[in-house]
Amino acid sequence: MVGEGIVPSVLFRVGPVEVTATVAYTLAASVVVVGFALLARAGLRKGSNGWSVVAQFVVEHLEGVMREMFGRDPRPFVPLVVTLALFVGVANLLGLVPGMKSPTADFSTTAALAVVVFLAVPVYGIRTKGLKGYLKHYLEPSPFLLPLEIVSELSRTVALSVRLFGNIVSEELIIAVLLAIAGLLVPVPIMMLAVLTGVVQAYIFAVLTVVYLSAAVRAKE
Amino acid sequence: MDTHTILAVVAMVVAGLAVAIGSIGTALAQGRSVDSALDAMARQPDLAERISRTLFIGLAMIESLAIYCLVVALILLFANPFTSK
Repeated sequence: MVGEGIVPSVLFRVGPVEVTATVAYTLAASVVVVGFALLARAGLRKGSNGWSVVAQFVVEHLEGVMREMFGRDPRPFVPLVVTLALFVGVANLLGLVPGMKSPTADFSTTAALAVVVFLAVPVYGIRTKGLKGYLKHYLEPSPFLLPLEIVSELSRTVALSVRLFGNIVSEELIIAVLLAIAGLLVPVPIMMLAVLTGVVQAYIFAVLTVVYLSAAVRAKE
Repeated sequence: MDTHTILAVVAMVVAGLAVAIGSIGTALAQGRSVDSALDAMARQPDLAERISRTLFIGLAMIESLAIYCLVVALILLFANPFTSK
């Protein structure tokens, strides 16, 4: 069988605790994101540098998306959405480093990220509209649609996690299969494509988070 | 052939069929949505950014159907509860 499939591999053990590749590379992705944020902050302190320009581009773009979707000041939602976008992006691209494996190619990681989004919707909804205002949006067009609203909230969480997982794991499998049947340097064009899809998937994850949040926090027209 | 081998062969064939048949509808749907998005962008270039963002979200939604087929195929191949010993 090619590769390790979809079951996470154990990297090393600390006593009785198994450290899987997912855990180690999730930490690596977090370190990269935090390091990027620190470099960007240092740049902003003294004007600007390359890191802060990239950070400003990401933040301003997503802020624009949120302003249009929410119809209100997007600043309270920026930390969650931009952190998700940066973390998912770094995690997707980490799989392209030789010897490393994308943490998002493990269903546990993507499921955890989707649960974060699932819980963030009521938290931000109650914070911006109050408990009553948040609960009212479930009954909005008609109270008969309440079961559908609840089912859609659950199913979109599953869809969010399965989409990211499927995209990244399929990419890694294609690269592994090509490497096994064709040899060195043949998968390079596919890896270039993987850079694009990795970034696009991170963008889609962030924008879908914004879409899901907008149902709960959108200002009335 | 014992039962185990038959199960493994059936799982492989079905995994291939799942992805192949599952991609048909997705391919048609993505083609149609890109077609109409390009049409709309050509008519109203001012709204191109907004249209392409909605297009990306829509494509992601459509694509997830094919991804479900892929995940089912991957489970059949790598994490099949009936063929693993």
